[in-house]
Amino acid sequence: MTRIASYLKSLLLLELAGGLWLTFKYLFRPKYTLMYPAEKTPQSPRFRGVHALRRYPNGEERCIACKLCEAVCPALAITIDSEQRADDTRRTTRYEIDLFKCIYCGFCEESCPVDSIVETHVHEYHFDKRGQNIVTKPQLLAIGDRLEAEIAERRAADAPFR
Amino acid sequence: MSNPLMDMVIGPLRDGLLSFGSIGMLVWIVLKILAIAMPVIVTVAFYVVWERKLIGWMHVRHGPMYIGKGILQAFADVFKLLFKEVVQPTVAHPFLFRLAPLIALVPAFAAWAVVPFDAQLVLSNANAGLLYLLAMTSMGVYGIILAGWASNSKYAFLGAMRAAAQVVSYEIAMGFALVGVLIAAGSLNLSEIVMAQSGDAGFLEWFWVPLLPLFVVYFISGVAETNRAPFDVVEGESEIVAGHMVEYSGSQFALFFLAEYANMILVSFLTALFFLGGWLSPIPASWIPDVPLLGTVLGDGWWWLLAKVFFFASCFIWFRASFPRYRYDQIMRLGWKVFIPITIAWICATALMAYFNVFTAGQ
Repeated sequence: MTRIASYLKSLLLLELAGGLWLTFKYLFRPKYTLMYPAEKTPQSPRFRGVHALRRYPNGEERCIACKLCEAVCPALAITIDSEQRADDTRRTTRYEIDLFKCIYCGFCEESCPVDSIVETHVHEYHFDKRGQNIVTKPQLLAIGDRLEAEIAERRAADAPFR
Repeated sequence: MSNPLMDMVIGPLRDGLLSFGSIGMLVWIVLKILAIAMPVIVTVAFYVVWERKLIGWMHVRHGPMYIGKGILQAFADVFKLLFKEVVQPTVAHPFLFRLAPLIALVPAFAAWAVVPFDAQLVLSNANAGLLYLLAMTSMGVYGIILAGWASNSKYAFLGAMRAAAQVVSYEIAMGFALVGVLIAAGSLNLSEIVMAQSGDAGFLEWFWVPLLPLFVVYFISGVAETNRAPFDVVEGESEIVAGHMVEYSGSQFALFFLAEYANMILVSFLTALFFLGGWLSPIPASWIPDVPLLGTVLGDGWWWLLAKVFFFASCFIWFRASFPRYRYDQIMRLGWKVFIPITIAWICATALMAYFNVFTAGQ
């Protein structure tokens, strides 16, 4: 009896009709698609985008070339050279991040004792030419200068949880 | 039914052209071909857009949105394909490789010659129209087989083998389903087949009622015949990339694409003509009020045919959005062990019905 029932079920295409009915219902569902450039998803203050080097309010760069970020970087994306500056402080002469190697894990940011290297909220950036994936110290400082207000705001928002 | 357009414009145009002798004859024939082919091509373009929109909606997304609000997406795709380089593999057979897309395309368009769009609106009111259609729809597979063989590529060859076996199998079920229509209508002429479905009871007079199993088998075979999902193992992008089309690029690929979609629309037309009464109105003639505009709209006319075709064409997309691909042996089993027995049994039933004069209404 069950064999006859299942035979009739497949002969009358009942399961296929059920499948068609399901897709028909989905036809009228509200769509999940986000119209990306026009609409954007909400972003956490902890979002890890492109990097920046920050400065103190007096304009002095924060980085003291301790090279903790270079050491902790799992992708070996950071390269640092340092020197003793004329005022006897230790500063970087070279601070480069290969954004192709970088996995945006945020360890550099966590390891930094002076909150110098940070990952900003910016995730929309591109490279025009080969080699631009390696961002240099002046570029990182420029990003920091440009985005200091936003960086400070997001770090303040996240501070109670740290 | 006298068509004013026919009398005012087309008749004098034909007579004027034919007065130029054989060149005028040629121009007239080309014009007639273009009158069918151009709307079919444009319809294919919008059908592709409709497919992408509908399948997108069923996937809970939007589909194309940007080029002309998504409506002109197909034209962007066409121009992209036309401007791309036509790459030919060095080991391919040069002549057959170029010939194959044409062989796939020509029957897909030639079949339209006998498709009636309205009571008087048909390019060639051939008496053996059904036979011609069977011949033309069977021809298309040669293009696929040739493409697969001439590409000299393993995937393409596998696709061609699958296409050959599948199309030949479903051709039989399709042919048998049409034998039932032939018995019921008593004619091979497509216009007469439609007129045989007219009667007092509106849509209940159409052949889908007495020939319901054949109707279902015909449409599913049509899906299989055009190598569409869920019977698209011929292309099977997860197994053999694109089957016979894998080595084709640019405009040659566009020809295959055009042929496939023209065939889908053709099958939609034929299903509507054979089983759903073509341009006949589903409302019984006695129920239609004698109001000038409303009476015309509710009465018989090409708009009913287009509505039915739209439904079946959307069904192709709906199936693609709903069903996973059949395995190859399942396709063969369905064709040979299910569809062919069903059609043969129902042909016998149809013959008995015809013997006891069930199909008298339209005659």
